[in-house]
Amino acid sequence: MNEVCFKNLDKKNPASFATYESTGGYKVWRKILNGELTPEDILAELKASGLRGRGGAGFPTGLKWSFMPRNQEGQKYVVCNSDEGEPGTCHDRDILRYNPHSVIEGMAIAGYVMNATVGYNYIRGEFMEPYYRFEEALKDAYDAGLLGKDIQGSKVSFDLYTHLGAGAYICGEETALLESLEGKKGQPRFKPPFPANVGLYGKPTTINNTETFANVPEILTRGGKWFADLGVENSGGTKCFSVTGNVKNPANFEVPMGTPFSKLLELAGGLKEGRTLKAVIPGGSSTPLLTADTAMNMTMDYDSIANAGSMLGAGSVIIMDDTTCMVKTLTRLAHFYYDESCGQCTPCREGTGWLYRVLQRILDGNGKNEDLDLLISVGEKISGNTICALGDAAATPVESFIRHFRHEFEYYIKHGRSIVESEGQLIKEEAIV
Amino acid sequence: MISDQAKKEIDFWVTKYPEGRQSSAVMQALTIVQNENGGSLTGELIQEVADHLQMPTISVQEVATFYENYNHKPVGKHIIRFCHNISCMLNGSDELISYLEEKLEVKTGEVSKDGLVSVKKVECLGACVGGPMCQIGDQYHEHLTPSKLDNILDNLK
Repeated sequence: MNEVCFKNLDKKNPASFATYESTGGYKVWRKILNGELTPEDILAELKASGLRGRGGAGFPTGLKWSFMPRNQEGQKYVVCNSDEGEPGTCHDRDILRYNPHSVIEGMAIAGYVMNATVGYNYIRGEFMEPYYRFEEALKDAYDAGLLGKDIQGSKVSFDLYTHLGAGAYICGEETALLESLEGKKGQPRFKPPFPANVGLYGKPTTINNTETFANVPEILTRGGKWFADLGVENSGGTKCFSVTGNVKNPANFEVPMGTPFSKLLELAGGLKEGRTLKAVIPGGSSTPLLTADTAMNMTMDYDSIANAGSMLGAGSVIIMDDTTCMVKTLTRLAHFYYDESCGQCTPCREGTGWLYRVLQRILDGNGKNEDLDLLISVGEKISGNTICALGDAAATPVESFIRHFRHEFEYYIKHGRSIVESEGQLIKEEAIV
Repeated sequence: MISDQAKKEIDFWVTKYPEGRQSSAVMQALTIVQNENGGSLTGELIQEVADHLQMPTISVQEVATFYENYNHKPVGKHIIRFCHNISCMLNGSDELISYLEEKLEVKTGEVSKDGLVSVKKVECLGACVGGPMCQIGDQYHEHLTPSKLDNILDNLK
């Protein structure tokens, strides 16, 4: 456990420059500055490592980097997406707090490979502690002469800056993030053109997630094959998972890809006494809900979770036990997407409102028999009809919650109260301990 | 009026972006100005930010109204931003928010009578393993319980 991104977690000052250097940090970067590594070498290792984008989409990182027109004249940019906001996800926060230098080195390496001399780390505005921690690390890297222009006479330049958000989930979408970075509303752009051609300020830009960058230095230190072998076929390396919800010890764990879900649940202390597993969202609120049996039979990697009917997403495992009211839980998620829709595309702007209001009506005891079909129909009309994936993300939980737990919704509509409450399993008193 | 100190801070952020791209600093500029103004923005301040960054006022207005963290009505001296999203909810955030509302005699979205605190229900703050949690100022408070909340509130001045 904790072999790559969290490898310094048990050290005294995990975030410090000294700790990072003492465990092999900045070795790869110094090699680059000494002219001992070419962009081609790096791309080959990255491709061999099987590293895929950790923000949710899972696109192969080496391939993404190779799309950048590195020989094209003019400014190019590297951007880190630290706008972590997918409900259930909080491991990038810990990477920024406890291993900020791995993100700095990863971004610098990316800049060198793609011939991009400027980078921005977009950190969500609420992450002030991670921001201060990252800024401190950045200062130390500059003081050590590892960043700047013509670094140590190497002709390699890389300047890195932090940018702070101001509260908008949509800015985790890469083109919305670019708009936001340019000082505008965070509304996603049409693709194509892709950011690799027209990105920040109209220049070629590559955006990766915090965890993706944090993996890069260790991959290049120990080799692509080493990383790939930690995981399973098609899912190289380790992955940081946030395990939250109805478990004894919610926490972040970095485990090899392919780790059984049941093992991860055990790491988080398992369920509370006397409870049984009801459902699991494996990759953050935008990924389909799975029932207990399906979840217990899957392993934590891209293919196994896809076969189970969901997605690895951002690695945000939300555990629900038998006391969870599915109507209330889904309503909360619907409220989230309604609140966070940027308003640009009509199906999403209006549809998320419909989903939330109809669910709230059921929750208030005013549901109608036709409401479930209405919800499904609204979801279908949003999916695939919007510029970005937020619309689909709003429809996904609605479809999967109703498909797996339709009887709970029907009970609520009929009786005006939750099937869970009526079975006497309400957690109210215990929740406040 | 934006103070000279705030203008200096804004100008520091402007240096992070290429020449002519000072509008990239608008989000931070609004944050700085809002903090200086006791936690909320006014039309006048938005105008001043626009003038300072040489941006059309409407562009600054758009940003100021798009992002969650800008307030357009006066707020309490401290804002308690309570996460009510899924992971926190599964661990009792609703019950704690009710507890807070009763104790402070304030509803979410309102300011307490003494002007000391505002309570806001917010979406996921990215500290789900520490839920239920809230943010006050720069700080996150995690694994909250009624007694922990009591302590936190007692220390707010």
